[in-house]
Amino acid sequence: MSNRATNLLVPIVSVVLGLIVGAIIMLVSGYSPIEGYAALWNGIFGDLYTIGETLRQITPYLLAGLAVAFAFRSGLFNIGVEGQLIVGWFAAAYVGVAVELPKIIHLPLAILAAAVAGALWGFVPGLLKAKFRVHEVIVTIMMNYIALHVTNALIKTVSEGGDRTERIFASASLRSEFLENLTEFSRLHLGLLLALVMVGAMWFILEKTTLGFELKAVGFNQHASEYAGMNVNKNIILAMVISGAFAGLAGAMEALGTFEYVSSKGGFTGIGFDGIAVALLGMNTPLGVVFGATLFGSLKYGALNMPNAAGIPIEIVEIVIAVIIFFVASGYIIRLLLLRAAGKKKEAK
Amino acid sequence: MEYVIEMLNIRKEFGNFVANDNITLQLEKGEIHALLGENGAGKSTLMNVLFGLYQPEGGEIRVRGKKVDISNPNVANDLGIGMVHQHFMLVENFSVTENIILGSEPTKMGVTNKKDAAEKVAKLSEQYGLNVDPYAIIEDISVGMQQRVEILKTLYRGAEILIFDEPTASLTPQEITELIQIMKRLIAEGKSIILITHKLKEIMDVSDRVTVIRKGQGIGTVTTSETNPNDLAALMVGRQVTFKTEKGPASPTEETLSVKDLVVEDYRGIAKVKNLNLTVRKGEIVGIAGIDGNGQSELIEAITGLRKVKSGKVFIHGKDVTGMKPRKVTESGVGHIPQDRHKHGLVLDFPIGHNIALQSYYQAPISKSGIMDYNKITEKAQQIIKDYDVRTQGPHEPARALSGGNQQKAIIGREVDRNPDLLIAALPTRGLDVGAIEFIHSRLIEQRDNGKAVLLISFELDEVMNVSDRIAVIHDGEIVDVVIPEETTEQQLGLLMAGHAEKDKKGGKHSVE
Repeated sequence: MSNRATNLLVPIVSVVLGLIVGAIIMLVSGYSPIEGYAALWNGIFGDLYTIGETLRQITPYLLAGLAVAFAFRSGLFNIGVEGQLIVGWFAAAYVGVAVELPKIIHLPLAILAAAVAGALWGFVPGLLKAKFRVHEVIVTIMMNYIALHVTNALIKTVSEGGDRTERIFASASLRSEFLENLTEFSRLHLGLLLALVMVGAMWFILEKTTLGFELKAVGFNQHASEYAGMNVNKNIILAMVISGAFAGLAGAMEALGTFEYVSSKGGFTGIGFDGIAVALLGMNTPLGVVFGATLFGSLKYGALNMPNAAGIPIEIVEIVIAVIIFFVASGYIIRLLLLRAAGKKKEAK
Repeated sequence: MEYVIEMLNIRKEFGNFVANDNITLQLEKGEIHALLGENGAGKSTLMNVLFGLYQPEGGEIRVRGKKVDISNPNVANDLGIGMVHQHFMLVENFSVTENIILGSEPTKMGVTNKKDAAEKVAKLSEQYGLNVDPYAIIEDISVGMQQRVEILKTLYRGAEILIFDEPTASLTPQEITELIQIMKRLIAEGKSIILITHKLKEIMDVSDRVTVIRKGQGIGTVTTSETNPNDLAALMVGRQVTFKTEKGPASPTEETLSVKDLVVEDYRGIAKVKNLNLTVRKGEIVGIAGIDGNGQSELIEAITGLRKVKSGKVFIHGKDVTGMKPRKVTESGVGHIPQDRHKHGLVLDFPIGHNIALQSYYQAPISKSGIMDYNKITEKAQQIIKDYDVRTQGPHEPARALSGGNQQKAIIGREVDRNPDLLIAALPTRGLDVGAIEFIHSRLIEQRDNGKAVLLISFELDEVMNVSDRIAVIHDGEIVDVVIPEETTEQQLGLLMAGHAEKDKKGGKHSVE
């Protein structure tokens, strides 16, 4: 099979398979798959408002996916995107409510605060990995819990015993009247543009800069990188810091765009963990992340319409969505297997 | 004569590429039959066909006169064909017995019966003089011993025909001698052996007949006793090969590298290099001869900044570089062809072009204020690929896809092209065929003739004797003697390497300083 045919065929087949299995699940549960999928479709593309909301949902997935993918390309598994996102969310919201400044200063400052907070949260596991060879997966998982509970405590302090902060000042908000008017007053905000700029930034860092060359080399082979005179430890820390900054920005999307405040959480948002799947679906490339985030964001948001419009219980809906994503991910595996088979043949030469 | 295996006119294609074209190999019962060819000539493909991993597009295979269809390795096993792989397939933290029974564990009432298996292993080990402890854990035993476990694995499964794939690639000279004994013992016990190799010396030492293949074509089969290494090499590469490297006398001048009282420890804090002194001058090649594990790796790593120095000094051009970062050492004028090209020499998942730029990627013209110019990498890579005869589809092909010899040529191109004052070449020809070895040796000598200093580390006595102007013999972390190749013999070197220093030997002792 030619490469182009594979590239086209695999995702189509896997999505169709996912839809079929999802339909079977709805059928055996006693619901109409046609109504269900119609509701899903309308939930994503139904009108300008839903399209706006879908795009808004995609935004944090883009950044979370970039965070995971960037670390992956440097040979690191950042499970801590969730925690880095949470501290970023808090930091942006805090700057948003604590001071009032001209928008031209306030908004960038709040965004920067989120990036710095996420970067700091990534710096710790990076440092431990570089200096003491502590595995980053363990540290980042623990950092997630620390992030969750520390921000909850801070929110309580900042709000004097409440469970959410004040609404941020308009000068720190990403909301835009233009986008709201365009999409029938959805919560679509300027963060989408920022996320897309970051997609370009990741591509630029990895493919155009000397730093990117080093990060990729370290990701593939630390020994050879050390031999070639690269500072392996510095690169490990930098990779985690940049990855954490992307994750922090994902938090800023929620703090300054979608919600305009931060509330204490009973559990994780899930966006950071879904970011792992987004990155893997996108084969850890910037463009791939756009694809993965679009799929995730659309399905997640569109699914909200299924209980209302088709009367399907939310539990079934979540299973159906999971099945579709599962099949898309399997398609990726099928493609990998195809490529590997082709690669083997080549090696044998 | 009875043939146990006949591979007749075998043809194997991969897409448009013909890996084996009309190759015939007939193995007599009780012989050691060498299969000779350059890297990438199609030896492994042919053996994978025999072992059932590939299906041939043409030709037929007969086992003991009967036509067979070897559709998978289990069929090969049942036919009594066993393979001793170049890269051992052993579970590191399992015992010898556990590894041998893996996949066909004998059971007694549903429980694995290791005791009987261990007894059988011990018996086989004794029968063939293998001296393997059935209860030893793989990670605790030497590479040579691990190979014997691989041999036992095939014998345990009842193999009558053993295929050895480059069996000496990772063995010490001592272990090679022992392996040859083992092979002869196997033959005496009625087994037949196919030996895949590109080392002519081994073939002359051990084989009865040789089948030569070149670029996928069967060239023919010759009787070992009626041929010689020169003819075999010519058959293999298709032209005359010079074994004795051509070189004029050295004219060394001032010191380039000077190592003084160097002590280097391994990660356990045990000294591997002990008060070592060494000098390499401009315009000479100093060879370090020694058995693997006598401190060679630690010495190079300490010089190049990859390993901490406990005490002592390293000077390059009189400048103290002790304890400097690898990049600082490199920038002081050092080129380093590392011992392990896959671990240190290459980023295998990078394109070969990126690998060629691995030492210069951060400098102009490739990198300017932090931004890469990948076109410059491609240009540079194309030049080195051309100058150093790296056979590749181009700079964008992953390094992993190149054959070992071409990977090595790319590394040598990268290091030599920077024109370093000191070139450290560690096992530069390991695993390469005669054509590539000839090329690499002439490059080292060319560096010397251009007035550069070359430090060569090798486990191969031939190489050290042929290429070096002076030979420093290392034993147990110390330079035990420095000799001139013309004034010594392989026997003397071998004794020195084994630690039998004859300090008062006539004319043997040259100043280390």
